[in-house]
Amino acid sequence: MNSSIANVRNIAKRELGSYFTSPVAYVFLVIFLLLTGFFAFTIGNFFERGEASLASFFVWHPWLYLVLVPAIGMRVWSEERRSGTMELLLTLPVNPWEAILAKFLASWAFLALALALTFPIVITVNLLGDPDNGQILAGYVGSLLLAGAYLAITCMTSAMSRNQVVAFILSVVLCLFLILAGFNPVTDLLTRWASPALVDAVAAFSVVTHYDNFQKGVIDARDLLYFASLLGFALFATSVIIRNHRSA
Amino acid sequence: MINIENLCKTFGHNKAVDGLSFTVERGEVLGFLGPNGAGKSTTMRMITGFLPPSAGRVSIGNYDVAKSPLQAKRLMGYLPENAACYSDMSVHGFLSFVAEMRGLSGDAKRRSVQRVAELCFLGSVLQQQIDTLSKGYKHRTCLAQALIHDPEVLVMDEPTDGLDPNQKHELRSLIREMGRTKAVIFSTHILEEVDAACSRAIIIDRGRIVANGTPAELKNMSEFAGAVTLVAQGADAHKLAALAPAGRVEPLGGGGMRVYPRDRGASAVLVKAIMQLVAHEGWKIEALRTEEGHLDEVFRSITLPDTAKSASAVRDTQAVA
Repeated sequence: MNSSIANVRNIAKRELGSYFTSPVAYVFLVIFLLLTGFFAFTIGNFFERGEASLASFFVWHPWLYLVLVPAIGMRVWSEERRSGTMELLLTLPVNPWEAILAKFLASWAFLALALALTFPIVITVNLLGDPDNGQILAGYVGSLLLAGAYLAITCMTSAMSRNQVVAFILSVVLCLFLILAGFNPVTDLLTRWASPALVDAVAAFSVVTHYDNFQKGVIDARDLLYFASLLGFALFATSVIIRNHRSA
Repeated sequence: MINIENLCKTFGHNKAVDGLSFTVERGEVLGFLGPNGAGKSTTMRMITGFLPPSAGRVSIGNYDVAKSPLQAKRLMGYLPENAACYSDMSVHGFLSFVAEMRGLSGDAKRRSVQRVAELCFLGSVLQQQIDTLSKGYKHRTCLAQALIHDPEVLVMDEPTDGLDPNQKHELRSLIREMGRTKAVIFSTHILEEVDAACSRAIIIDRGRIVANGTPAELKNMSEFAGAVTLVAQGADAHKLAALAPAGRVEPLGGGGMRVYPRDRGASAVLVKAIMQLVAHEGWKIEALRTEEGHLDEVFRSITLPDTAKSASAVRDTQAVA
């Protein structure tokens, strides 16, 4: 058990370090902060709304992450496969699941850092008004889980192909599906011909449905379970794909 | 240390490795030869536990690679084909990472990184990023990685690929040196390496062992082995062929003759008989030597797909089908 923890820590440390030795990390952080700011203040009408909340900030995250998270996660396994280092990594004394978990955690930690760097907006809203900071915290938790869900899906598609572009497109499509299943225009379309129960069932698969609850300031066990099972499933699928790739 | 029993690997309908069995003991350097696509890399990947075998088993020391992969992998150092490294890391960072993954920390880690850096002549590039290195340095970085925990078993896939002649020479001496205390297996298609570094060699073709022996034994399989080449003025092929121990006589260009012994082991007797004949006839000798046999010729003769072989291969596949 100790050696498992040490393996996960070592691989995650290496992985996280590799973001910062290339320009990827800095480019991503700058773009992420610019875009979150742009969407929250300009398109989301942060000031014109006249309310002390970060709703206009969080509401864009499912769409913003749709492009940015696959961009961060697409290299996770594709790059290992393309360069042949996967052979090196998996012939070291590690369990494949340790490597899968470590790589996921490293990228997730990086996304958490990017999200944490949006703290000035929290300060701003606190200076200008009197927001519910509990709700903001719940919003951040939801946003982090959302990023984790997209990232786990990207890890899975990244393991499928040695081509990063293929991994990127596949994960965008899958994540888009997870958004659209609960997106109001789509659910409205469904209600015209499907029973309400079916519409609810489809919407329950959507990240948006669960994400919205966090934005209302509610941390519900069901929503946590949803994200946990999505993460678990995607990472398990990653391990199956990697095993099949090796035995094929 | 390395024990391989009836190892098989099938990709779709293609049998890449077909019933390999061999062992490598401590103190042995096994050269793994074969033409491209013979199944060398696939075998190496199964030995190191990267690919699961379709059938058969591999054990390292007392550990079955399929059942206790972690223990088996701890005993092994592996240099994969093309020497893949994390190219965004510095040499020192990469070696430290592998050392940590091998359970080394603190002082032990520092010492082992230093040891392999010296062993593989990496001292001058330790702080350099790996993708800025030349191919030879990259290769040695990956080799250093395989040696970092001083493994008892060393598996190397084409370790001298892409090195210059000096580096090749250094690496072969290193392999020979390490072979005294470890079980070493390396694949190559450069035959001179067998002579330079191996205590034993296996030639595989289409996933099967076609020859297994010491370099000397393999050379003896050559049809040249034991033949006597004579260059002398006035030499007469008929008189040479009439000698009791002589078999076929083959004229070479420039007045040379190659005399094959009638029995394979009887080379020394043949040389004596030829010397006596030369003295008796008064031929003027310019050169006289016993052929050692050429590995490349042995290699070609057993791995080239001639018509007889392809016919038997067809029979084999029909039998399998």
